[in-house]
Amino acid sequence: MNLNESQIERYSRHIILQQVGGPGQEKLMNAKVLVIGTGGLGAPAAFYLGAAGIGTIGLIDGDQVDLSNLQRQIIHFTEDVGRPKVISAKEKINQLNPEVNVVTYETLFTQENALEIIKDYDFIIDGTDSFAAKFLINDACVIGKKPFSHAGILRFDGQTMTHVPGTASYRCVFKNPPPKNAVPTCSQAGILGAVAGMLGTIQAAEALRYIIGIGDLLTNRLLVVDALSMKFRTVAVAPSELDITEFQTYEEVACDLS
Amino acid sequence: MNIKVNGEAVEIESDGLVVTELLKQQKVDMPEMVSVEHNGTILDRAAFETTQVKDGDQVEFLYFMGGGSPLRAN
Repeated sequence: MNLNESQIERYSRHIILQQVGGPGQEKLMNAKVLVIGTGGLGAPAAFYLGAAGIGTIGLIDGDQVDLSNLQRQIIHFTEDVGRPKVISAKEKINQLNPEVNVVTYETLFTQENALEIIKDYDFIIDGTDSFAAKFLINDACVIGKKPFSHAGILRFDGQTMTHVPGTASYRCVFKNPPPKNAVPTCSQAGILGAVAGMLGTIQAAEALRYIIGIGDLLTNRLLVVDALSMKFRTVAVAPSELDITEFQTYEEVACDLS
Repeated sequence: MNIKVNGEAVEIESDGLVVTELLKQQKVDMPEMVSVEHNGTILDRAAFETTQVKDGDQVEFLYFMGGGSPLRAN
């Protein structure tokens, strides 16, 4: 693929980066990234991936836009309230960058469809709330040998890590889902909107750097963000000998409040 | 004894205590929300009662965090 004149201008601030250049930009334009959940994490992640010119972005979400989403889910606008999130997000990505092929899945992500959906993608972003979904995404990506970015947010805190085959996975930090109702969710406990954006854009940056093949990913370490004191730390996480080869039962443990 | 909890130096009066006691001392209200890394190893929940924390040890409390979209999975 050769970049045309308008692409060279659109992506000039990428191309001028020594570590990206024309070849790096072409890798992005040939890449496919799946964003699971288009909420607080997935909205900023998908928006930046669209801006970066990712060739194909898959969006999974079965939810509709709610007024209370707009404080942080910046891909959705006031007029979108009540509309399917994946449709709202697709429209915004294409207004920002008409070259992106956006594939929407207005559905649940289940162990029946997980492997079938992720197999078409180069990198997966976990932008979900529920622990059932987080463990399912982890296990599907480990079984399907796909790299993915995990992130979680709560109040003023966030955490994120990246898995590529052979490195520590989410289960190496959190072995099993927490007991039912033990963990408050954003809808119960609150979230500073910009913190969702901070973590979602870190996930997008991980996807971009993985695809271009530069730098050190957040593998074998968990980045912990405390945005109240504005401190960032990374905690080393060793890959465990845990062998994930099949799905388990994923009990719904987080909110499905709309 | 002196240990590090989440990267911060913490002085503990007693010499040696198990992780369950440390969680209480550090006022972690809901230990079921926390995964504990002790000197670089993530502990099994069952080991909280038996793992001794000693002078110079490093302990990380890593919290479960959801966030994002309330996407259902089954």
